[in-house]
Formats: sequence, structure tokens, C-alpha cells
Amino acid sequence: MVPSKFAYHKPSTVKEAIALLATHGDDSKILSGGHSLVPVLKLRLNDPEHIIDVSGIDSMGGIRDNEKSITIGANSTHGEIANNAALKEHAPMVALAASMIGDIQVRNFGTIGGSIAHADPAADWPAVLLAADANVVLSHAGGQREVDIDQFFKGLFMTAMGEEEIITAIRIPKTAFNKNSTYVKFPQPASRFALVGCAAAISNSDGYITEARVAFSGVSATPFRDSNVEKSLKGSVLNEGSIATATASVADGVSIMSDHFAAEKYRKHMAGVYARKALSALA
Amino acid sequence: MTYIGSSVKRVEDKRFITGQGRYTDDIVLPQMTYACMVRSPHAHAEIVSVDISHAEQMDGVVKIFTGKDTDAAGIGGVPCGWQVDFKNGDTMKEPPHPLLVSDKARHAGDAIAMVIAETYAQAKDAAEMVIVEYNVLPAVTNSKAARADGAPQVHADVPNNLAFDWELGNPREEVDAAIAGAHHVTTLEFINQRVICNAIEPRSAIGHFDTAYDKYTLYTSTQNPHLIRLLLCAFVLGLPEHKVRVVGPDVGGGFGSKIFHYTEEALVIWGSNQIKRPIKWTAERSESFVTDAAGRDHITTAKMAFDKDGNVLALSADTFANMGAYLSTFAPAVPTYLHGTLLQGLYTTPLINVSVDAVFTNTTAVDAYRGAGRPEATYLLERLMDTAALEMGRDPAELRLQNFIEPFDGVEQEGYVTQVALQYDSGNYAPVLKRGLEMVGYEQFRADQKAAEGTGKLLGIGFSTYIEACGIAPSAVVGALGARAGLFESAQVQVHPTGKVSVYSGSHSHGQGHETSFAQVVADKMGIPMEDVEIIHGDSDAVAFGMGTYGSRSLAVGGSAIVKSIEKVLEKGAKIAAHLLEASVEDLDYAEGKWTVRGTDKSVAFGDVSLTAYVPHNYPEGLEPGLDFSSFYDPANFTYPFGCHICIVEIDKESGVVKVKRFIAVDDVGNVINPMIVDGQIHGGLAQGIGQAFCEGAIYDESGQLVNGTYMDYVMPRADDLPSFEIDRTVTPCPHNPLGVKGAGEAGCIGATPAVVNAVMDALKGYGIHDVEMPVTSQKVWNIIHGS
Ligand SMILES: Cc1cc2nc3c(=O)[nH]c(=O)nc-3n(C[C@H](O)[C@H](O)[C@H](O)COP(=O)(O)OP(=O)(O)OC[C@H]3O[C@@H](n4cnc5c(N)ncnc54)[C@H](O)[C@@H]3O)c2cc1C
Repeated sequence: MVPSKFAYHKPSTVKEAIALLATHGDDSKILSGGHSLVPVLKLRLNDPEHIIDVSGIDSMGGIRDNEKSITIGANSTHGEIANNAALKEHAPMVALAASMIGDIQVRNFGTIGGSIAHADPAADWPAVLLAADANVVLSHAGGQREVDIDQFFKGLFMTAMGEEEIITAIRIPKTAFNKNSTYVKFPQPASRFALVGCAAAISNSDGYITEARVAFSGVSATPFRDSNVEKSLKGSVLNEGSIATATASVADGVSIMSDHFAAEKYRKHMAGVYARKALSALA
Repeated sequence: MTYIGSSVKRVEDKRFITGQGRYTDDIVLPQMTYACMVRSPHAHAEIVSVDISHAEQMDGVVKIFTGKDTDAAGIGGVPCGWQVDFKNGDTMKEPPHPLLVSDKARHAGDAIAMVIAETYAQAKDAAEMVIVEYNVLPAVTNSKAARADGAPQVHADVPNNLAFDWELGNPREEVDAAIAGAHHVTTLEFINQRVICNAIEPRSAIGHFDTAYDKYTLYTSTQNPHLIRLLLCAFVLGLPEHKVRVVGPDVGGGFGSKIFHYTEEALVIWGSNQIKRPIKWTAERSESFVTDAAGRDHITTAKMAFDKDGNVLALSADTFANMGAYLSTFAPAVPTYLHGTLLQGLYTTPLINVSVDAVFTNTTAVDAYRGAGRPEATYLLERLMDTAALEMGRDPAELRLQNFIEPFDGVEQEGYVTQVALQYDSGNYAPVLKRGLEMVGYEQFRADQKAAEGTGKLLGIGFSTYIEACGIAPSAVVGALGARAGLFESAQVQVHPTGKVSVYSGSHSHGQGHETSFAQVVADKMGIPMEDVEIIHGDSDAVAFGMGTYGSRSLAVGGSAIVKSIEKVLEKGAKIAAHLLEASVEDLDYAEGKWTVRGTDKSVAFGDVSLTAYVPHNYPEGLEPGLDFSSFYDPANFTYPFGCHICIVEIDKESGVVKVKRFIAVDDVGNVINPMIVDGQIHGGLAQGIGQAFCEGAIYDESGQLVNGTYMDYVMPRADDLPSFEIDRTVTPCPHNPLGVKGAGEAGCIGATPAVVNAVMDALKGYGIHDVEMPVTSQKVWNIIHGS
């Protein structure tokens, strides 16, 4: 369990980090909490020559409660997010999901930026950020851009992030649906990542659903929102009947992952079960 | 003073919980080098060539050894410690297990080269540069498949991969005839899946050849240092035993996997003499997964026959036992003498026959894992019992009670002679089951179970009433059964002039708490404070001899050896005391650390006697100075703990998720020295037993790769998977050892597994199935409920 030799860099600004990325390109890797990268290095599945540790960049830390959104610095740990008062109030599923990641050590080291950059389809963040309508803030040499979360996850360990970009923040809009949101997970029994993770966020007006966002981790190689479920819910009253109708065929038409814990059929079924659990909690 | 029977806190825990434990990997010697093994990624492959020329040029590399080097040195490999011959008398097939393979790799993880460098990182970098050319062959991992004609041959000279076949019990024809004529026959075909031991401390070994003294020292994470020394000297390297010291320092769990003599131990010792520097090797976790001997891995067909009243008439069992690619140290004994001999269980079954095929496959070796053979036997019997009850419409508890052997104490009543070569020492079986039923509230449970019908939940209850054979073992008996070692234990009790006591035990503690429970025994028997007693173990230069710790033998065998030495100390002490008191030995009483002349207030303290023994100015004529005795204790029989485990599960129909709601264990381990330590052993055993039922299990793919060789995929039971255990005990003392103890290290793991699966089957009884393969995952349960 010893990585190959690498040079270690610890920039203190985003600018420096991006410059290092530009210089070392393919031979380098960003390091944040290290809880996904270090195991990969130790198993020698990857052997970058340069490690650029962004954990010392102050501007990438902290959670800011703005007027219309909450900005989570990419370096925020799962633990910080789980305990953040503004998130608990405005987007409870975000704090809740954070509290369900790994164990205390993992939550105190692992970061949200690292998790979504890694883009493990079984990680908890993708479902939650999809349901939250989050934006990912990416910085590059020329400045920064914001990517809609719906455009961010591109496949197994693949994202819209460019080679010379880093994630600096995640923005969670303060919306009615985020205020009324939850996350449930059917854990893989060994890793406790999600075999199925379902995030649901719903806004109502006069008792009728105005917007429903229901997203899944763990089910498919690309985390996704289930538009059938969302469409079915929109305009109805959230109750046992509408939930049953909406979740009758969760993950239809999606290519579903399969392993010895959950083959396709069972996983699809459990996606439905967990969608019902999440929606029932909001009913 | 009464330490015995009280929950004294473990004295060793101070160093463990403050991070001061000293494990093999913590030891750093001057000039030490580090080894990394080059291992085959293929389960079965001819080695065409090994090119070390690039690796040798890498930074820090000291030396690289390959199979050619060990072959040239004439090293034959590590031996098997137990010989079980074929039914027809042919000798067991025991192909060599080379330290480094030069011809072909027989399992993924087989070692091909040892790269030694100044640091581990350098050794690892260089190991990646060793270029091995393979000719990959088809692999076989399943023991039944390996027996088939045309299956891949693991060893060229072992036809059909059969290491040996074996049979025990009544003549097969008689058993089959009884089964054929029976009122009811329950048949189960099942797999007792392979589990990986997963000790928290990975294996580690340091070999040190000291050129000044021409002496070897091996530090190794082992459960039995003296046994390793014996095998190393007498079988592997031919070293002079008096020039070899083996130390098993603090060891972070073994569960059996650290009993065996591993190739790496011999490699670092041999290599250290080649390079004249110490060599350390520590397994990476991924290496542990593919090189630590694993457990279980049986494929079994078993039949239990009953008369119309539910009396058991006969039992037959046929098992394919996976040996892996090589015969590990005790491997042949596990599916045979530790499994077949236990198939009497607690029942009066008059006819029993068991047969076993021990089979080579392209997998890591299988050997003893907590319980070793006895969990497999218990699983077989107890799954049959609950299934039979279900099929016959009988209550599983009543069916057991009806078939239990009557109580016997082994003193007034003879020990019970089984159909499968054992004589139980003492037993009283109904009380453990009755106590279990009382604790569980059996009638209420059945009512709750009924009430749950029609809801989204299914409730189930499962029983397991087990027996095991511990205190391994009478040397002459095991010798007759093929053991290549005796299984006695030694102990030296050394009283210092000041009355403090050092005890040298051949047992080895790797989590069991010997430093506490042994000290309790010594302090009580000698009437001195526990603080005055030090237990020393694990170093062959300190402890004269020992057979180590496994088979729940430490207290029953090692503790008995200590008691023998204490008796000798007190006998000699009495002579010195009598001299000092000017009385005769017959007139003295010994209590609370002093000898008193009966009926007077004249006494002499233990410390005065010990001082006199070493400053013998005023001393009995003809008596040797000193107060220091060694003993060897060879048990008269195994000990036979037993118990009743009851599991209650709740299944969520929609998801198939199974929750263990309650787990009740009533165990009888004979007398108890430290209840807290025994409870801890039971709890840990239960976690592993339940873990096998729900979580664990090695999965191999077609090519022989272990698919779940990391903790991301291999499921270990965790605290939140388990309920708070409800445990109790009955006490039936062992009649043949001085402490009356039977052993508690494996009981939890032996009894628990079938109770869990039986509970799941009870919950699913409406679905017309008779078995579910372990581990019982939610997906499997869901498939049953939803008919796919
Ligand atoms: C025992 C254990 C249990 C876990 N359980 C869970 C779980 O239940 N659910 C779950 O979702 N996750 C789980 N994780 C993963 C955990 O959440 C990780 O922390 C997370 O996946 C990665 O975050 P990190 O900060 O550790 O990133 P790192 O490991 O430092 O980096 C991960 C990847 O992201 C890149 N990267 C990091 N930061 C940035 C950035 N700012 N911009 C661009 N690229 C970046 C790195 O180059 C690397 O490729 C677990 C991990 C462990 C070790």
C-alpha cells in the first residue's frame, strides 16, 4: 500500500493551482481530502508524477449563505456540510446526505469537490446535487464558468470538467423545492456507497406539486434525474396514490448497473422502493 | 482471594488501547531491509520466464530471489502438518508447496520472486519491474468441478485433483439401508462458503541472521512460535533448532489464519542468511486477501432419516472440501477429524456415516478458521434439524429435545461414546435449550409471528444446538489420526526470591486475554496478588516449549500445565515452610499466601519461603535451592462445550432486507475464570458466525480471480448489522482437567451461523423452499419472495 513516487505541490491560491495544472498536465492530479485519490494511488491504479494539493487554498473553503443561493466551497468536508445551519434550513437533503457518507473520519476529510470530480456513480453527492439544481463553479486560467449540474456528470468517473480546470465551489439555489427535500440510501453492504441513492425535492402550491426533482445515484453509470417520475408528480397532490403511480416504473429506459449485490432487476426494483421512501417522507 | 470467576479488567488492554502494542511490523532492526513479493496475477499459469535484469538496476535494490534460487538451494517448500491417507490406504497426495514457484502458479497470489530493497517503497517499485512471462491455463476454483474428468489439473501428479478421500462412522451400507427404510428423510445440498479470516493485523515476518552468534531470529505474527520453529528447522530449511529463535510478539488477531507456517516466514529467514541483513515483509491488505489461508469452503449433500415419531435413525454426509492449491499446515484435519467426528452433535443418532473428498483447486489454501470443521458440522446438523422439523410439521425445539443425549457428568456416568470416534466428557443438553426458549419468550414469539402475517414483514426464528471439541488435544489420539505433532502444552512457574512470579506459557495470546485470565488462575492458586504475576508467552528463547493457541485450547491445556507447575511449587514451598516452622509438612495448611501450622498462629509467608529458597542458609537438608518448576500437560480427552443459539429475524418483503432482531446464546463452556473475557469471546464469535450467514464469502470469477478482494466489496459484519446480544450460560465442568474448563474461543462462531439461516428459512416457510445459499443477501431473499 505504497504509492509510486510523486512530487508534492501545495499552492495557496487557485491561480497557482491552475498554473501547476497547466505545467504538469496529464502527469498531475489534484488532491483534496484524499479519500478517493489516495486509495487509488496506493493500489497503484494511477501513478501521477505530480500531486497538487488544493486543501490549503482558503478561497475554496467555507460555506457562504447568500441571498439567492448557498455557496459551498469545493474544499468543504462532508462533515462541515452535514453540520451547516443554512443548509439544514434551506436544503435539508444536502446536510442529510453529507451525514450519511462513510464514517466520521471520512466525513472529516473527504470533500464535496473531490467527490463530484471523482464522479463515482455510487457516491451520494450526484443524486443530491441533481435534485438540488446545483451549479458547479469551475476555474481555469482564463477565469471561471458555471456548469449546470444536469450537464456535469457524463458517465462512469467522467464529468464536464476540462483538463485544466478545477472545481472551486458548488452553488445550491435557495428554492422552495430544496427547502422541502430529502435523501435516502440503500447502502452497498461492504462499501456503504449507494446501491441506490434517491434524492427528492418538491415544491407545492395550494397542496399541488409545482416542481418535483427526483434523482438517483448508484443505479446507472451516469447519475440521473427520472423525468417520468417528475412529470407524473407535477400537478398532483403528494400522497400514497400519486407516489405509487409516479414510482411504478422508476428508471425505465435507463441502462442499469449490475453486480453481485444487486443485479439489474433487483436494483431497478430497489430504485422504486427508495423513490417511494423518499417521496413518502415528504408527503 | 478469589480472582477466579470475577471479571477482572484485561491488563493487556492498557497497551493496546493506548497504541503501545508491539506488533511485528513495529519492530525495526539495524540494517534492516524490506521485501516485496512478486505474485502471480493469474490463478493458473505456467511460468515461461522471469526477467529480473531491469528490477535489479532499480534504486535501493539489495537482492532479488526467484524460484530458481530456492530450487538451487534445495528448499523443498513448507510441509503439511497432518497426514490423512486415502480410504484404500494410499498415502495422502502432498505435492510440494515451494517458497517461490518456478514452474507454474497455482493460484492468484502465488509468489514468484522476493525483491529486497533498502525501503519498502523501493522494493515495491522494483517488484513492478520484474517481468514474468506466463502461459495462462484454464483454472478451477470449485471443489466439485475440480473432481470432474477433464477439469484443470492443479498438480500434474494428483489425478482428478484428489488429495485424499476419507470416511468415518458406521458402514455406509447400514446407514443407507436405514435411510432407505425410514419414515421421513430430509436431504439438503448446500455450500458452506469460503470465508476470508481478515485479522486486523496483516501477516508480517522479520528474518534476522545474526552473524556474531550464527543464530537466526524470526519475528512473526503467529499463533504458535514453537511450532513454526519446529517446522522451519525440521522440515523446511534444516536449521539447528537451538540456533533459531521464533518470537510471536503482540498479534492483532488470527482466527486460525496465523496458526500455519507460511512461505514468507521461511523466505525471510533463509534470505537473511544469504544477504546477511535482516529482512522484513508485511502483507498489504490485498495480499492478505489472496495469501492468508481461508476457511470453510465445503460442498455437501447430507441426509437425516427419522422414524414416524421423529426419532433420528441415521445420518449420511458427503462433502467436497476445497483445500486450495496446496495443503496448508492443518488443512487435512479440518474437514475430517474436526468435522466428521462432530456429526453426532447432541443427538442419539445410532447410525452415522460421513465421507469427504479433499480437493485441490486454483485458489488460496483453506485451513482452520475459528471453529475449524466444527462450524461446518454444526451447520450441516442444525440446518437438517430445522428443515426436518419444517418438513414433518414438528416444532424445531421439541424435535431437538426429543433426540438429545441424556445428561452425563463424566464422573458418576461414563462419557458418551459417539458413532464417530469420540467420547464426550460431560454434558447436560436440555437446560441450554430450555433456558434459550425462556429468554426468547418462545410462545410470545410464535404469537408475534402469526400477528405479522399479512403485513409487509415476515418474522422467523432459528435454532442451533451445537457441540464442539476443544482443548486440542490428547497427543496419542491425534497422533493416531495423522497429526505430525503432539498437542500438549508446557508451562514454567518461576518464583523469584522476592515472591514475585513469572509464568512462561507455551500458549500464545493474540487477543484472548491470557495475560489476565492466566494471572487470575496463578494468583488464586498461589494466594498472591495478581500484580505479583507476570505471564510471558510468544518467545521461544523465553518459553521452553509450546504448541500455541487454537482450537480453544489455551486455558484447558495451557492453563492446566500452569496448574501442574503451581502444585509443584507449593509442594516444595511446603517443605521449606515446614523447616522454617519446625513442623512437619502434614501439619501445614496453605492459604492466602502463607503456610500455617494447623491449630496454631505460627505461620510463614510465601515471600519468606521464596527468599529462603534462593538464600538457603537455614534450609532443609538434601533439598535443592530455588523455586521454579516446569510441567507438560497432555490432556486425557478433548473438552466438549455445547450450547443453544436462537436467532430472530425480520424480513422486509418489499426489499428483501433481513434484520437480525435478536440473538440469544446460552453456552456451556465449563467453569469460567473471567466472565467478561468469555462474554467477549462469545460476542466476537457470534459476530463472525452471523457474518458468514449474511455478509461474508469469497467470490471467484471464471478465470480464478477473487472478485471481492478488497473491503469495498468483501462484506465484513459491522456493529450496526448486529443486535445487542442476549447471552447466558450453564456450567457443566470438564471432569478431566484441573480447572474444569472447556474453552470458549470458538463457541460463538460454531453455533451462530445455522441459527441465522434457520431463522430466515422459518420466515420464508410460506415460499416452498428448503435452502438459501449463504451469504443470505437481500437480493437472494427478494428473489425468493418474488419467485425469481
Ligand atoms: C472508507 C470510505 C468510505 C466512503 N464512503 C462514502 C459514502 O458512503 N458515500 C460517498 O459518496 N463517498 C464515500 N467515500 C468517498 C468520500 O466521500 C471521498 O471523500 C470523496 O469521494 C472524494 O473527496 P476527497 O476530498 O477525498 O477527494 P480526493 O480523494 O482528494 O480526490 C478525488 C478526485 O477528485 C479530484 N479532485 C479533488 N478535488 C478537486 C477539485 N477541487 N477540482 C477538481 N478535481 C478535484 C482528484 O484529482 C481526484 O481525482 C468514502 C471513502 C472512504 C475512504
